[in-house]
Amino acid sequence: MGERAGTATKRWRIAVAFAAPLAIAASNPGSKPVLVPDVSQREIEIAYSFTGAELLLFGAILLPPGEPRADARHPIDVVVVVKGPVQSITIREKEKIAGIWVNAERLGYRSAPSFYAIASSRPIRQLVDDRTRAIYELGLDSLQLSPASSAPANVQDRFTRGLVDLRARSGLYYEAPHAVEITDGVLYRARVNIPARVPVGRFTAETFLIRDGKVLGAAVRDIDVRKSGFERFVARAAQRSSFLYGLTAVALSVLLGWGAGQIARRI
Amino acid sequence: MDLYLPIANLSVNALVIVALGAGVGLLSGMFGVGGGFLTTPLLIVYGIPPTVAAASAASQVTGASVSGVFAYFRRDGVDVKMGGVLVAGGIIGSFLGAWLFRLLQALGQIDTTIAVTYVLLLGSIGGLMLKESIEAIRVTRGAIPAPPRRRRHHPLVASLPFRMRFYRSGLYISPLAPLLLGVATGVLTILLGIGGGFVLVPAMIYLLGMATQVVVGTSLFQILFVTAAATMVHATTTKAVDIVLAGLLLLGSVAGAQIGARFAAKARPEYLRLALAIMVLLVAIRIGLGLGWRPDEIYTVELS
Repeated sequence: MGERAGTATKRWRIAVAFAAPLAIAASNPGSKPVLVPDVSQREIEIAYSFTGAELLLFGAILLPPGEPRADARHPIDVVVVVKGPVQSITIREKEKIAGIWVNAERLGYRSAPSFYAIASSRPIRQLVDDRTRAIYELGLDSLQLSPASSAPANVQDRFTRGLVDLRARSGLYYEAPHAVEITDGVLYRARVNIPARVPVGRFTAETFLIRDGKVLGAAVRDIDVRKSGFERFVARAAQRSSFLYGLTAVALSVLLGWGAGQIARRI
Repeated sequence: MDLYLPIANLSVNALVIVALGAGVGLLSGMFGVGGGFLTTPLLIVYGIPPTVAAASAASQVTGASVSGVFAYFRRDGVDVKMGGVLVAGGIIGSFLGAWLFRLLQALGQIDTTIAVTYVLLLGSIGGLMLKESIEAIRVTRGAIPAPPRRRRHHPLVASLPFRMRFYRSGLYISPLAPLLLGVATGVLTILLGIGGGFVLVPAMIYLLGMATQVVVGTSLFQILFVTAAATMVHATTTKAVDIVLAGLLLLGSVAGAQIGARFAAKARPEYLRLALAIMVLLVAIRIGLGLGWRPDEIYTVELS
């Protein structure tokens, strides 16, 4: 009985959640368009077989009555940005000194995203100008990484390009133009690949609605990436009870080595 | 078969890692070395972060040396007293190594230091082994007469104070000499993830002048304890020991080591030493060239 009531309440909530923006959009003519976004997974669990995940980001575009529908001259575009937790990092640059390549200069960044993927319905540079891209951090050349030093601008640029290039090649930063599909100007969907090398933490999926070079609407959804089961147990044990963890590693190697020796003596 | 490594934070092909362990184990069983000098660079090439590679390779060397130590104990081939002094030095060395590791990491020079140390160490030891094994082969073929057998310790060793008797090794020397040798291999174990066998064995023969029948057993004894200590130091300081990675390497290497040991029983020792010398030199040359070539990655990222 209680369970059925709970389900009914849940259904009612979902109905409200979908109806509310519709009602707002309908009641205020001339108001802004609204995005109703969702993600296929709110949680990504890293287990032993984790080789990455594919997120499906989808939703509806609700245009207010006064807003003309999408056409060839005034298309509606959707941009989806998935970001990983920010990290405080140090980048080192190698230089050839006395014939060998060694780390020479370095630059610290207070908040570099550990993962950044931007999917859009058209290449982002065709949608908005540089200033808007810098404000909303749209595109790999518009990331706001906040260098933690007063190095000259050209040096900071060089390091930032180095970081973006490095992470782009390991699949942690990428741009996917044309990855967002829009159906009839009202429904959109995009697939974003999360590689296995991402750190755990809270990811955000931001969706932007763009028309005529302006960002008309934005919405954010959170995605939690965490280790589960054995992987979480091992990572925690290594951090919290490192002495016991070390003893276990030693015991494992001694046992396996001794066991193999015993077996080999019998054969 | 993809498997996620919880500490390295990436997914690897488990079969590749087991095969890598088996290959290294095969060589280590054949040549009587731990094989850490191959595991760490190969893991780094495969994409494992260098710190995790060095920390997890040490436990593989522990596994590879266990059955060897038992085998040498059975035929009384271990000088426990000498081994104890070496282990004490090795444990001091691993703490010293951990401090050095952190210092170099903070300076951003850990990777270069690891590479340069590898080149110098492998290059010099490999060169010595090559020369020695070629001479030994020529002696067995009767091309040159056998050199007069001398078993004496280095004059520097003889000048150290507090002499002690090490009966199994047939030595009356100061324990400071093996202690310092232990410290040096302890540092190397932490920095490079190697057992240090290929440094220890020549040093025991040529510097200390130990009786050859206990050299290999005693060095394995020291390697067993010092790599175990190194695993503990890494687990508590860098927290970079990946038990899943270590387990996969061990599975392959303990099996490979047993097969390798059977091969070794059939082969002639001087040819084995020649093959090992060539392999060690090839690794040294490859790492040395890597230092001079323009690297694929000019930039490296580390969390701060």
